[in-house]
Amino acid sequence: MARRALSGDYPCLHMNDELPVSVAYLDHAATTPIYPEVVDAMAAQLARLGNASSLHGSGRAARRVVEESREAIAAALGAGPSEVVFTSGGTEADNLAVKGFYWSRRQADARRTRILTSAVEHHAVLDPLHWLATHEAAEVELLAVDADGGVQIDALRTSIERDPESVALVSVMWANNEVGTLQPIDEVVALAGAYGIPVHTDAVQALGQVPVDFAGANVDAMTVTGHKIGGPFGVGALLLRREADLVALLHGGGQERDVRSGTLDAPAIVGFARATELAVKSQPSRGVELGELRDALIAGVLDAVPDAQLNGAAGNGRLPGNAHFTFTGCEGDSLLMLLDAQGIECSTGSACSAGVPQASHVLLAMGRDEATARASLRFSLGHTSTASDVERLVEAIAPAVQRARAASQGAGGSASSNGSNVGLPVGGAA
Amino acid sequence: MRVLAAMSGGVDSAVAAARAAEAGHEVTGIHLALSRNPQSYRSGARGCCTIEDSNDARRAADVIGIPFYVWDMSEQFHSSVVEDFMSEYAEGRTPNPCLRCNEKIKFAAVLERGLALGFDAVATGHYAQLRDGADGLIEMHRAVDPGKDQSYVLGVLDQKQLAHSLFPLGGSTKTAVRAEAERRGLSVAKKPDSHDICFISDGDTAGWLREKLGAGTGEIVDTTGEVLGTHGGTFGFTIGQRRGLRLGTPAPDGKPRYVLDIEPVSGTVTVGPREKLDVDHIMGIKPRWCGSEPVEDVACTVQLRAHGEEHRAIARVLGDEVEIELIEPASGIAPGQAAVVYDGTRVVGSATIASARRRAHA
Repeated sequence: MARRALSGDYPCLHMNDELPVSVAYLDHAATTPIYPEVVDAMAAQLARLGNASSLHGSGRAARRVVEESREAIAAALGAGPSEVVFTSGGTEADNLAVKGFYWSRRQADARRTRILTSAVEHHAVLDPLHWLATHEAAEVELLAVDADGGVQIDALRTSIERDPESVALVSVMWANNEVGTLQPIDEVVALAGAYGIPVHTDAVQALGQVPVDFAGANVDAMTVTGHKIGGPFGVGALLLRREADLVALLHGGGQERDVRSGTLDAPAIVGFARATELAVKSQPSRGVELGELRDALIAGVLDAVPDAQLNGAAGNGRLPGNAHFTFTGCEGDSLLMLLDAQGIECSTGSACSAGVPQASHVLLAMGRDEATARASLRFSLGHTSTASDVERLVEAIAPAVQRARAASQGAGGSASSNGSNVGLPVGGAA
Repeated sequence: MRVLAAMSGGVDSAVAAARAAEAGHEVTGIHLALSRNPQSYRSGARGCCTIEDSNDARRAADVIGIPFYVWDMSEQFHSSVVEDFMSEYAEGRTPNPCLRCNEKIKFAAVLERGLALGFDAVATGHYAQLRDGADGLIEMHRAVDPGKDQSYVLGVLDQKQLAHSLFPLGGSTKTAVRAEAERRGLSVAKKPDSHDICFISDGDTAGWLREKLGAGTGEIVDTTGEVLGTHGGTFGFTIGQRRGLRLGTPAPDGKPRYVLDIEPVSGTVTVGPREKLDVDHIMGIKPRWCGSEPVEDVACTVQLRAHGEEHRAIARVLGDEVEIELIEPASGIAPGQAAVVYDGTRVVGSATIASARRRAHA
């Protein structure tokens, strides 16, 4: 298939040269290998002079590149060009959306202090909301999720209907970054829309994996970012309805509708645009291929470790590139280290503080206990993934789980002290 | 061998990891996170558990060219070291948390987890030397740098632990280690040594204990029981302490007075003349032997506090206790500290000091 050819032909798609083993990269949800075409387009633009805000010829040339990129992104995502607000990435776009909407909505009506969001949002949404609660008197309501991580739409309904006039914003992610569960955005929009409440969605993980259409979704704001779709780091966008009024976070030169000042990064933007086009164009076939690969991964892992538990929604209810498991009795970071030593790269999926794994708030919200949450790993597939990557994982997983379980048991680790079944023999271990 | 290098973020453990790697071992660096919320422990650059220390360790691992991970040992550390530290003080003893950390964390929880994950040994930046003994056992000896020797805080390790330990720095001086760090391009080469207790961020042990255990106020009395004053908490005192007693009246003989005893329940601190601090009989509990347990009296030297001097002694095992008779009296020995028994430079074993007194007949 085409993407294998890509990684063979372009040195930039080779994994880190200094690593001692060839890498099976199963962490596309963290970041994706950049498309070679994107590198080419960026390199060409890096060599060109011009500030897109300058009035002279060089400035106009840079401006043209930026605007063509904006148009390309808008076209690919079902938005108008003026609805694309470039940012430094997903975190900034999320911050801009939730803070900007909260401030402008409260300014217009002081009663609007409530923000409704799911308990499984990314920290780039949850943390600014906590900040607003602490510093700006926002009342943040975390909507309960079901055991698969899906937002309970009844909880949203109850929460809105209790006092619709006081809701400033609803923010629900398109797809969860840890367990891959797709959220019922249509239903969220229908509920909130009936009361004129704006809806923001973080679509960072969804783009390129499932069909994403800004106008079709009828949301008011949507976060996307470059490096999750084969584009560069440090660039993303908030897609923002033309009529939406946001209070700016960054003040300065007035770029981007005066909502996000800062000199436009033409090379990054052109790379982001190229990646968006490629990701969206290939999405229909890639979604199918990744779904098949993911199903093979899930079947293989469950066959090798029969008591592993798949987290998140089944089948089409989850991202085609996401598989997330709990291996009871293991510390996730032990397992990660053992797989890493064999060149199999994955993630515990949770936030880190000085590299100290915290139990995932997503899994806790899904009703798992701390030990279970810490016993979990995410494998995520993307545009360079192959059947051989999956085969390597399937071969390695059972012995690794067996080792990690022994380690938790022997060291009196937290998994065993929490009473999980560390003593069970590992089924199917080779 | 597959070696886990415990990297604190300091210069010693970084050079130890580098030497283990250079010796041909397959080395993986790990930084032990001893707090769930690392910032809560220390804000300076002297400790062993801040985000900055973790980053320093990571950068050293990068330069050495080894994989690096952070291991969360916070639960074990809290239950085995911090709680032990608090309860020991609450009982009026003076614990050594570094020793406890070596016994329960670095060469126990970490080592066991490492062995289960397929590693063969743990390497640390401690200054001590391991040698093969004549009887096939591994011997631990003092480091060549007497100023840096850390065999005292390793005296709790048994043969099985020693068999899976590497101390690559035992044959070097600290000066040489710093120079080597510089040569290897390790940015921690000039980082100051850590001295204080890593989980007490501002170095104010008495304040920390007051916060955790309550004030513990009480009276200061002399050996006849006469009340000389009051104090704001027993945790501010240690046996043998002379400064900070804040007694209004001088002793009748005009000589300085020292803390002789701390009674934690009543909060009574007894003070008296220096000669009352002299002890020559020590009972130790929870003995740990590096090799086999001695079956007869051992003519030895003992070290009774970190960086303390050696005392000539006779040690004998009495059931699950160790009796130590000092040839010359020692002064200001605090229960809770370790008595580490040496044969020359070799560590024989250790025990926790339960009581220290002057023999009646002496």
